[in-house]
Order: sequence, then C-alpha cells, then structure tokens
Amino acid sequence: MSAIERLPEIDNGLLRFLTCGSVDDGKSTLIGRLLYDTKTILADTLHAMARTSERRGLESVDLSLLTDGLQAEREQGITIDVAYRYFTTGRRKYIIADAPGHEQYTRNMVTAASTANLAIILIDARKGVLTQTRRHSYLAHLVGIPHIIVAINKMDLVDYGQATFDRIRSEYLDFAATLGIGDVSFIPLSALNGDMIVDRGTRLDWYQGPTLLDILENAPTAHSERDEAFRFPVQLVCRPQKAGVPKLHDYRGFMGRVESGEIAVGDEVLVLPSDQRTRVKAIEIYGTSLPRAIAEQSVTLLLEDEVDISRGDMIVRGQKSALVTRRIEAMLCWLGDVPLDPQRKYLIRQTTRETKAALETIGYRLDINTLKQMPAERLGMNDIARVVFKLAQPLCVDTYAENRATGAFIVIDESTNNTVGAGMIL
Amino acid sequence: MSTLTLQQHATLSHLDWLESEAIHILREVAGQCANPALLFSGGKDSLVLLRLAEKAFRPGRFPFPLLNIDTGHNYSEVIDFRDFRACQLNERLIVRSVEDSMRRGTVVLKSANESRNKHQSVTLLEAIEEFGFDCCIGGARRDEEKARAKERIFSFRDEFGQWDPKNQRPELWDLFNARVHKGENIRAFPISNWTELDVWQYIERENLDLPSIYFAHKRSVVRKNGLLQPVTELTPARPGDVVEELTVRFRTVGDITCTAPVLSDADTVARIIEETATTTITERGETRLDDQTSEASMEQRKKEGYF
Repeated sequence: MSAIERLPEIDNGLLRFLTCGSVDDGKSTLIGRLLYDTKTILADTLHAMARTSERRGLESVDLSLLTDGLQAEREQGITIDVAYRYFTTGRRKYIIADAPGHEQYTRNMVTAASTANLAIILIDARKGVLTQTRRHSYLAHLVGIPHIIVAINKMDLVDYGQATFDRIRSEYLDFAATLGIGDVSFIPLSALNGDMIVDRGTRLDWYQGPTLLDILENAPTAHSERDEAFRFPVQLVCRPQKAGVPKLHDYRGFMGRVESGEIAVGDEVLVLPSDQRTRVKAIEIYGTSLPRAIAEQSVTLLLEDEVDISRGDMIVRGQKSALVTRRIEAMLCWLGDVPLDPQRKYLIRQTTRETKAALETIGYRLDINTLKQMPAERLGMNDIARVVFKLAQPLCVDTYAENRATGAFIVIDESTNNTVGAGMIL
Repeated sequence: MSTLTLQQHATLSHLDWLESEAIHILREVAGQCANPALLFSGGKDSLVLLRLAEKAFRPGRFPFPLLNIDTGHNYSEVIDFRDFRACQLNERLIVRSVEDSMRRGTVVLKSANESRNKHQSVTLLEAIEEFGFDCCIGGARRDEEKARAKERIFSFRDEFGQWDPKNQRPELWDLFNARVHKGENIRAFPISNWTELDVWQYIERENLDLPSIYFAHKRSVVRKNGLLQPVTELTPARPGDVVEELTVRFRTVGDITCTAPVLSDADTVARIIEETATTTITERGETRLDDQTSEASMEQRKKEGYF
C-alpha cells in the first residue's frame, strides 16, 4: 500500500469509525498496525515506542503503545478514555475513535460511537463471542452505527483455521439477528502479524473477501446512502449593518450547518417552531453564492421574506416535517458520577436549542450484559434506560433512527455544568 | 451483508468536511459564549483559524477579539505578519506579553536564557482574568502529540486554568457544551481533527499568505542533538559550535529558544505539501526542543494551563 506517498487523486471523503474491544483482544495492536502499515507512524514515534518496549522487556516493538496516550494510562497499561487517531491512504481520510472495552466505560463507548459511521468489533478467535462482544454490538447498534465489521483477531493463535472463523461467524449472526443488526461483515485477521489488515499475508488464503483496509476504503460515508429530510438548525443570525455599506443594511443571514438532506436556491422552506413558510433566496459562504448545499456543509441562508428567526430555530424543507414537541421518549445513557435524580430539573441541549426538562418516567433499565429489561427508580453512571422527559420549551425533533443529528440530545446538570446524559429519541 | 454498497448521494471532500466542521465549531463558540477570544500568533495554524473565522462570520465582524501572548522571543517576521493580518482583516488584536508578567513578578525564570514557552500559560491566564474571557479558541490539533489525542473539542478548564485529563466532559455527536461558571473557561479547538498535511493542503487551496520563515531560506544554524539550532541574538553560537549556513524552513513557529528549523529547499506551498506527505519525522519531534524533555511533558504543561 503506497499510503501517503501519493497525494489524493480521487478524494473519497472522510470516514469516521470506531474500534471496540479490550486490550486483550488486540485492539491497540490493530490500530497500531493500521497506522504502521499505512505509514502513518513516523520514525521518531516508532523510536519512542521501541524504547518503551525495550524498557518493558519486550522483544519486538509493541504497536499498542501508540494509542496509550495519557500518563495515568501508561502507568496502568489500559486505555481509560476515548482517543482519536488519524490516517490517510491518499484516497480517503480516516478518523478512528478508540474506545476502551472495560465494563465501567460504557459512557466512553457511547461517546466514541456517537460520531462513527462504522464500527470494528474485535473478537479473540480463541474466545469467540463473549458478553463483552454482545455489549459492544448492542451499543454500536443503539447509537445508530449503520455498518459493523466483526474482526476475528488472533487467527495466528488458532492456526489460521477456517473452522474457528466459521463457528464464530455463525454464532455472531444468530445473536445479531435478535438485535436487528443488518449490515455485518466478517474478517479473519492477525493484528500482530499484519495478516488481512492492509496486506493479505499468506496464511489466510481460504478467505476470499476484502482486507480490512479495502472494506474501509469502500465503506459508505455518513449521509451518502439514503434520501434524508433537510434539517438546518440555526446557529447565528448575521446582521452586519455596516455603516457606509448600504447593501448590507437589510442583510439577514441565517448561519448554520446542513445536518441532513440538501437545499437549493428557490426551495420552499418551513421555519420551526414558529411554522412560517418562505423560500430560499440565496445560499452563501464568505461572499460566494452557491446553487445548493449538501449534508454537513456549513453555509449562510438568505430567505425571501422577512421572517423572525433566532438561534435554536430550525429551517426544514417541505413535506417531511420534524415534530415540534414538549415531551420526548428516548433511550438515555447516564454519564454522570452523580445518579440521575428524578426530582431534579435538568437542561437538555438538542441541535442548537436548549430547554429545561423534568423526568416523567423511567420505563425500564436495560441490563447491558443480558439485554434484559429491569425496573428502575434511578440511574447511575453507565446505565441505559428508556425514559420520558417533559420539556419547558418545545424541541424540533426526528426519531434518532430517522436522523442522528436531530434525534440526539445531551443532558446537562446546571449545578456543575457537566454533561451527564446522552439521549436518543424514539 | 456487504458494506460495499455504492454511495447514492454526494458528500463533502475531506478538506471541505474539515472546513465545515471547523466553521460549525466557531459558530457554536459565538452562539454559546458571552466573551470569547481567538488565540492568534501569526503561525500557520492560527492563520488557518482566521480564514475559517472569515468563512464563519463574514460579512459580519468576528464576534471575538484576537489575542496574542507574546513571549518577547518571537521571530520579527512572524510578529510583523501578525500585525499586518489583524490590520488587513480590520479586527481587534490584543497583545499581552510574558515580559510584563516578569516585571509584575508573576513569571520568574530559572535563568535568563530559559525558554519562555511554558511561561506563556501564566500570561494567558492573566489575560483571561483581565478581560473576563469565558472561552479561548486555539489552533491545537489532536495529531500533534499523544496528550492531545484525548483532548475534547470544547475543553473545560477550572478557575486555575487547569486541565484534568480524568475529569473531562463527555463530548457526544456535535453537541458541544460550553457552559461555565464565573472564572472557569473553555478552550475550543476547531481544527482538532486536522493533521499537518490537512493544514498545508488547506493553505494551498485557500491561497493563504504566511510569514516568510515557513519557506526555504538561508540561515546560520548549529547542529545540536539531531536538531538545528538557529544562531540568533538570543541563542548565540557557543565556543566550539560549528556554525553552518544552511537552507532551512520552519515547520512550526514558536519561541525562538525552543523552535528548530528543518533542512529543506521547499520554497512553495506545493513543495512543502510534497515534503509533508513523505516526511518520516513528526512535526513536534523534529522541531520542538521542549517536547523532548519527557514523554509526558505536554500533558504536564496542559495540566498547568498551557493551551
């Protein structure tokens, strides 16, 4: 793989993916291997890793050292927080969210998963599908990651046997069906030796599918696969009114990012929650007019009519309108050290809007290991539950399954200003 | 069963995506913070930030002043460029200097020649207090250094400016939380997800001007510990040093006492991109004399309030 020596001929965009598994599954080694084989690790970093490996009495360079970021982790030898890594193949740029696999860090995995479009779930070929595998798969599914790759690692320790691979594959598929996980790919590999990651190696000839990197290179990026409704939460209103520049006197630009769908000049739009209709007069950015804007593009919209719009409002298009509501039902992952207190008011932030909220009910708490629904009065850190919130102000929402941008919210504790919960609207 | 489905809808190129994300972050700062500032040094990353701010806020003014913490040990080309660019944009530039902190006695150097880089933290915190800033926008990137890989895009600092790696706010989706109590503040990093190569590709695409020392030029240097130490008034050659006249450029620009140039004859952005894409040494490893001290040195400085 010629990696970054060649500059982009075709820009195949950017893919964000998540790796889940524990240190024991060889996750850090896998990431190290991806970076090393795409020539992203540079000589001085490699040198520092070699020195540390030597100090720890290891015979070869431990690629997992690359992802051990913080002093505290290096001392404990475990990954305790989400880390972001970058590499490019010349065709596509990648952002890896590296989530720790230990049970107590559900919140980290949900955090890492929230921006990913693909998840690599690592399984140790000697151990097969574990409780941890089920937990990771459920969380990836819950947070709406559309593509899952099950990487059956450490094939070198099971003599590269196809029977092991087939057995784990069928075991996983049985379980995935019960969750409703659709798109799963399976790949056998050895992160330690680099088989089937960037290079095919010579020991897995019975496997005819693509290498891990081939799968990543061709995986769909976010917003590319289906028609989406246009959603434009307004971040700021631009009213420059510069003295001496008459044409700016009436300028009112609505600044934000297209969270989903697309918009063109002339399209009819609806402003929520006020329900006013108008048309798009112009789309611009930094003095340049654009005929249209697509998902994830930050632009400024100018509208035909003088409509009262401020930060927190949402501009949507035509038919498939978002729901304006003062009550939301959601799956909630509690992230805070302090348990959710049903008596207290919290702040909910969704798109660019904030509102006070009160818990109405906890439907059930989900046991993340057995996936059983349990009754619950309160929620502690890492708990996942089905809840209902009453809202002081209306929000403009879609279901999370329909739209990951307008269906997601965070819960903020006003006494500390900490982010204490993450919700996905049902 | 297969992930190899065809893409149905157009999506952004990687550079457009990064630009768009950064604009979104800058606008969130403006939407959520009462009194932010943008840290601007005249270096390449902060020049990229300024272009992103233009894209985010024009035809309006920037909703924040530019703030520079001057160590007094900067290359004059960079300082001149800083002033020129702020003036060109017609935006307010605030400069606070480490030398003023030294006069006040809040910065005490171990020796006259000690690098002032880490002492910037003190002056920065003093400026934050003086102006009551609740957010400082910086050009740091996660690919620069290990300790930064886990940094949030909106990073919370307590009233002592401290970063606590074990007590960071979870950051989900693009729902940033910039809420702070009085005295606390947020450091926001719009180009967190960019790499050095992305920065140079963006500079090329946007045709951004840079201080001249980023491009190949002749300079007197001394080879020290595998790095090139520039010979300047602050860092004169010592007896026994072999001074060489070499063609070099700077990959990063900071305090004169701790920033080393690299051997290069890349005199255009295109040639720098070519070199960056094929380099074998990391940006900080090759050029920062201060990060080599210990593997955890950046983390230590960040805990003390370094941005």
